Amino acid sequence: MSTQAETVALPPRFRWRRVSLRLGDFPLIPTLILAGVAFVAIFANVLAPHNPEVGSLVARFKPPFWETGGSAKYLLGTDQLGRDVLSRLIFGARVSMVVGFTAVIFAGVIGTALGILSGYLGGWVDQVIMRLTDTWLALPALTFAIFLAAIVGPSMWNIVIILGITYWTRYARVIRGEVLSLKEREFVRLAIVAGCSKWTIMRRHILPNVINSAIVLGSLMLGVVIITEATLSFLGVGVPPPQPAWGLMLSDGKQGLMVGRWWLTVFPGCCIMLMVLSANLLGDWLRVKLDPQLRQL
Amino acid sequence: MKQYIGRRVGYSLLSLFLLSLTIFFFVRVTGDPAALLVEPGASPADIAAIHHQFGLDRPLWVQYGIFMASLFHGDLGQSFYYRMPVMGLYLSRLPNSLLLAVVAMGLSLLIGIPSGILAAVRVGRFWDSVGKLFALLGLSLPSFWVGLVLILVFSVYLGWLPSSGAGTPLHLIMPAFALGWYFAAAHMRLTRSSMLEVLGSEYVKLARIKGLPQSLVIAKHAFKNALIPVLTLAGINLVIMVNVAVVVETVFAWPGIGRLLYEGIAFRDFPVVQGVVIMGGAMIVTVNLLIDILYAVIDPRIRLER
Repeated sequence: MSTQAETVALPPRFRWRRVSLRLGDFPLIPTLILAGVAFVAIFANVLAPHNPEVGSLVARFKPPFWETGGSAKYLLGTDQLGRDVLSRLIFGARVSMVVGFTAVIFAGVIGTALGILSGYLGGWVDQVIMRLTDTWLALPALTFAIFLAAIVGPSMWNIVIILGITYWTRYARVIRGEVLSLKEREFVRLAIVAGCSKWTIMRRHILPNVINSAIVLGSLMLGVVIITEATLSFLGVGVPPPQPAWGLMLSDGKQGLMVGRWWLTVFPGCCIMLMVLSANLLGDWLRVKLDPQLRQL
Repeated sequence: MKQYIGRRVGYSLLSLFLLSLTIFFFVRVTGDPAALLVEPGASPADIAAIHHQFGLDRPLWVQYGIFMASLFHGDLGQSFYYRMPVMGLYLSRLPNSLLLAVVAMGLSLLIGIPSGILAAVRVGRFWDSVGKLFALLGLSLPSFWVGLVLILVFSVYLGWLPSSGAGTPLHLIMPAFALGWYFAAAHMRLTRSSMLEVLGSEYVKLARIKGLPQSLVIAKHAFKNALIPVLTLAGINLVIMVNVAVVVETVFAWPGIGRLLYEGIAFRDFPVVQGVVIMGGAMIVTVNLLIDILYAVIDPRIRLER
């Protein structure tokens, strides 16, 4: 809202929403946590006290510093190869952030594009895309992702692609529904009368109006995607071993559980939990604020 | 009605067809399937033999025909590790998976429905907030981590429950809870919103105007009607549970289908992985079809819509 004249021109309902977006019950703590994880991920090289992939075998299974046998050198202890848990957690944040955001964006781009095409063009295009979406939804997503990951082999970018082609369906469904109602609106009809091509209408008039919903869905998908990445890594088909990923750390830590090496499972799990919880809280808030249509979702 | 069922069956068959095509396509596009079908360390002669045996030297559409023909015979190939047909292996593990899924489902309904009703009746108050927190945690915690923490607390420190394996009812408690929490959260949310909708309806208002006590209004008039969507969701979720239990079964070494899938990945036993995915997809498509038909039988509006 830059000038007074613009503010007056806005319909009252819209203005109210803008105001509540700023004041409202903004989820401060989740936002701070996500920002913190992003900060740690970006500056992992500077923040991590040790190399996350190289350990010293003489310092295996050191507990956190406050337990007997722990040292200030390894604040959160070491794992079975003597690697520093704290450094691995810090670099693991980078993996989770990169995989989470790129996969959500990738799925969003596929889903939104197909949703707009399906909704605006209608006819056989709509039929084909919707049948495809139904088929995809009929598959058990997790099992399907595991299957794909088992074929293509473990690598971080393979995981991004797999998550993208597993989770685009929710975007396609919701966006198509929105486009169906948008295309009956005045401004789209006027654009047709003005002689805009279908491509221009979809790009210039439909896309900007569905981008809000896509962002809300994306924020809600972030948690799901991060959990799926951790699950794939946990099962050994995700991020390959020397790299530090939280799911992989849990899978390594599983062996030490019965002899009481709790720090190898509790810390990475807490990181996943905090990040997913924050993403879900932020997503819920965005959903209520940005998009009344999605409230009952 | 016949037309509606026909269309639904047609869609389901189309789904199954696309599923088989997807799996067939992905296996072949990502490399030589013979490399997946032979045991690690096989000689070039073995690989050539596999090529011939599975017709991998034939045109793609012939290969697809062979693939589909063996599927129709219920033949999912041979497991390298167990040296027996994948189908037999799958069926031998299915009862364990179903047992775990049924217990986890029971637990999730036992927690989800009462807490959902409580949250709806006390909307915006203390118990509503507790329920919201419980649901949020259930949807945000990865089930395998819940499992690991349960093992840490109840097996390692307290020594109350066995950490892995199957056999006694005690073995079921932790896996069922780890698997069921997520679904308890989903059922709680749905019960709450469904209950709120019913509580605002005309017939509940009428029951209140008649002067019925609150407990009777909730138990007799609201609860029964609010239950329908929850039970439908539970039906779908039961099948989904069998298919997403892979991580929980891995954590607790529970001998079900999920564990079979994990072993398939760990031992590079590709026919097992493929078989589990095909069966999972087929199960979900079938259940969705049954629910669509059941809905149409119950609700005439659905079968009349185009």
